[in-house]
Amino acid sequence: MKEKKMAEECCTPGGNIMILACSGGSNVGQLSNQAAAELTREGFGKMFRLAGIGGHLGGFVQSAKDVPVMVAIDGCEVGCAKAILDHAEIAIKNYLVLTELGIEKNKDLKLKSEDIRKVKAAVRSACE
Amino acid sequence: MEIKVLGPGCPKCKQTEQNVKDAIAETGVDATIEKVTDVMQIAGYGVFGTPSVVIDGEVKSVGKIPSKDEIKTWIEK
Repeated sequence: MKEKKMAEECCTPGGNIMILACSGGSNVGQLSNQAAAELTREGFGKMFRLAGIGGHLGGFVQSAKDVPVMVAIDGCEVGCAKAILDHAEIAIKNYLVLTELGIEKNKDLKLKSEDIRKVKAAVRSACE
Repeated sequence: MEIKVLGPGCPKCKQTEQNVKDAIAETGVDATIEKVTDVMQIAGYGVFGTPSVVIDGEVKSVGKIPSKDEIKTWIEK
């Protein structure tokens, strides 16, 4: 079943949107992660391992270089996701900073559903 | 030289394999080609999609069909 699904996806024209979330330890970091996971479940792109790129693992770095559509999501202006991509010399195609959407950074990891909705809409919009 | 083509066997994967074969034939490089179709093995390379090409353990391309000329630049080094 898995092989059949992959064979079908493999031939899909245009391929998937790569979603890279900073997944940091604040509300906005976890919002980036939650939005990426939900968008993946909804079929809008596919979450990918930013940590693998940060570790300069060849398959992950080359995947990010070759993917036609990508969106990187940073929770705040510290910009960890952006820094990782810059360090691996990967061109950033679409980029979001969640505090710039008016979401205040804090340490409350109980995420608000309205914030998740806002982030998902912004990601979709950034990839248009 | 060891060249692996990762992919479950769709037309893009088959075209990639053919381009690799053509590049080897034209350059005369001593290389073996292995087609990797097992999903778990493919996942082990950390690639976002297929077809992918791996040369001597280094991932060279992901999710696209590399041209014969591009492959030549990888194997002639």
